[in-house]
Amino acid sequence: MTSRSPLLLLTVARLKLFFREPSAVFWSFGFPILLSIALGIAFRDKPPEPIAAAVQAGPGAERVVASLEASGQVKARPLEADAAKSALRTGKVAIVVRPGATRTYAFDPTRPESRLARTVVDDLLQRADGRVDPTPVAEAKLTEPGSRYIDFLLPGLIGLNIMSSGMWGIGYVIVEDRTRKLLKRMLAMPMKRSHFLLSFVFMRVLFLAIELPVLMLFGWLAFSITIRGSLLLLGLIALLGAFAFAGLGLLVASRARNTQTVGGLMNLVMMPMYVLSGVFFSSANFPEPMQPFIKALPLTALNDGMRAVINEGAGFAAVAPQAGILAATALVTFVAAVKLFRWS
Amino acid sequence: MTDLAIHCRQLVKRYGTEVLAVDGLDLEVKRGECFGLLGPNGAGKTTTVEILEGLLEPTAGEVEVLGMHWAQDADRLRERLGITLQQTWLYDRLTVRELLELFRAFFPKGRTVDEVLGLVSLEEKRNAWFEKLSGGQKQRLAVACALVGDPELLFLDEPTTGLDPQSRRQLWDVVSDMKAEGRTVLLTTHYMDEAERLCDRVAIIDRGKVIAQGTPRELITRVVGQEVVEFAPPGEVGKSDGLDEPALVALPGVLGARHVPDGWALTVDRAHVAIPALLAHLEAKGLLPLARLSTHSATLEDVFVTLTGRNLRD
Repeated sequence: MTSRSPLLLLTVARLKLFFREPSAVFWSFGFPILLSIALGIAFRDKPPEPIAAAVQAGPGAERVVASLEASGQVKARPLEADAAKSALRTGKVAIVVRPGATRTYAFDPTRPESRLARTVVDDLLQRADGRVDPTPVAEAKLTEPGSRYIDFLLPGLIGLNIMSSGMWGIGYVIVEDRTRKLLKRMLAMPMKRSHFLLSFVFMRVLFLAIELPVLMLFGWLAFSITIRGSLLLLGLIALLGAFAFAGLGLLVASRARNTQTVGGLMNLVMMPMYVLSGVFFSSANFPEPMQPFIKALPLTALNDGMRAVINEGAGFAAVAPQAGILAATALVTFVAAVKLFRWS
Repeated sequence: MTDLAIHCRQLVKRYGTEVLAVDGLDLEVKRGECFGLLGPNGAGKTTTVEILEGLLEPTAGEVEVLGMHWAQDADRLRERLGITLQQTWLYDRLTVRELLELFRAFFPKGRTVDEVLGLVSLEEKRNAWFEKLSGGQKQRLAVACALVGDPELLFLDEPTTGLDPQSRRQLWDVVSDMKAEGRTVLLTTHYMDEAERLCDRVAIIDRGKVIAQGTPRELITRVVGQEVVEFAPPGEVGKSDGLDEPALVALPGVLGARHVPDGWALTVDRAHVAIPALLAHLEAKGLLPLARLSTHSATLEDVFVTLTGRNLRD
């Protein structure tokens, strides 16, 4: 019998163990796909809704309704004064127009659609009254892939996935092996300790080679998401992300004696990143003083880096800071984990 | 090359300041023998074995395994040892064959997966996941994992605890095979029949110390002494049967005699002499046929009880 590389066999064993656990497979593939389908549908691009306006009954009301309707941008209906007021209050209309020598616009300036309605309605009516614009205007309408919500979301979900499968797939598994004395059993063999730990890292790399193409392919087929930058660069960022979270997974698992402890530790590490690192919404929404901290989080670096490559076609120089954060996280956590690791 | 597979002197293992698990233990295991560590739970057997296996650091004392020391020769040593822990959980969703291939990969030389499967009679389970195996099959697989590296020295920590009789017998066969090939086996057990059947020599451990050491027979004859012949004369229990102690002790080969609830128990040193003489004596008294006649050897359990006043499984 020829003896095969123990590191290779360990890595392959870990992949087999993963794919033989249906729930793990679901969380890695099914969950992000289902979530992006659901959110992609909820936030799909819709044709612009017409502005709802009420025209208070009275002299000249019919002409105003006709002018507004003719534009196609406004849905106008004549209403009695009380009914119009109540429609505005309940949000059924964005504006009430009271015709007259001085035209009155009743609207709620705290509602953005109401302010928009005031501008659009006034513009239409002034033109109908004969206003001539001094400068001719042409419009170029852009709704490009790359700027939709799904374009923002999918890289975030991939980042989230790389984080949680790295942490759970390594941290949880190691602690379970420790409680079952499997670590001790492995240690009783002429096994290099580094091989044991590296097999987790290599498993994540091989897994990423399946995970990333599957999810990007899904994004392309379902939402026409294309990668504007270099595929290789995207792979590099994702790989550094996988290393960083493999290191973090090893680190949280290095001392914990039972799965409850490591579960708590992992949530403690991952929870801030779920919220702050711009998975579902941009991390720019958080106040300025928090930004340096948020930007230093590995998940932020991974998400920002992947988004820059996928959506903006960024080159290496543009994502070098993110790549640096991920590489540093990987290095520091791996070294610390090896130093702290408890085998028995 | 030393003829000792294991040599340890004044071994001490202390956990914290309170617990003294091993308290100055001396042990010599010869190459090619099967050596048993016997003792109740908590006596320090597993701690001792894990120190010998290089999995625990002793607090004090010297350990030499196959003529080497853990501090300098750990890698070379591991290649020559086969180890089963007290309970072995392997990866639930790897098959028997995959697990053995994985374990085999760590050893520079060894047996093939098929060979060890045959040794523990798990051939038909080769494609079953670990989690689907019975307790006995799991334990046999654990032993198979210890055999893939073709070890010179095999450690078995309570290998048959809780096993069905068939699995026990199969594991006993494995140990006998190892011995026949001149390899050394160190096993811990609290089954006395197992120790008497498999072990060339045993050490009885109590509270972290060796309290007796020798071949099972030697220990029994030295500490307890003899075989036991029990018989019950015909007739009602409790009625005088006309036998008396001096007459029984006077028979050849008999060392002692005492009343037991339904008859007599004789300690004898030569059963083949004592039993014919006893039967002749009984015939003369008109006490044949007997209601009951049995003999049993004094056991290691008796040795432990005699030495400590406690039962092994307390």
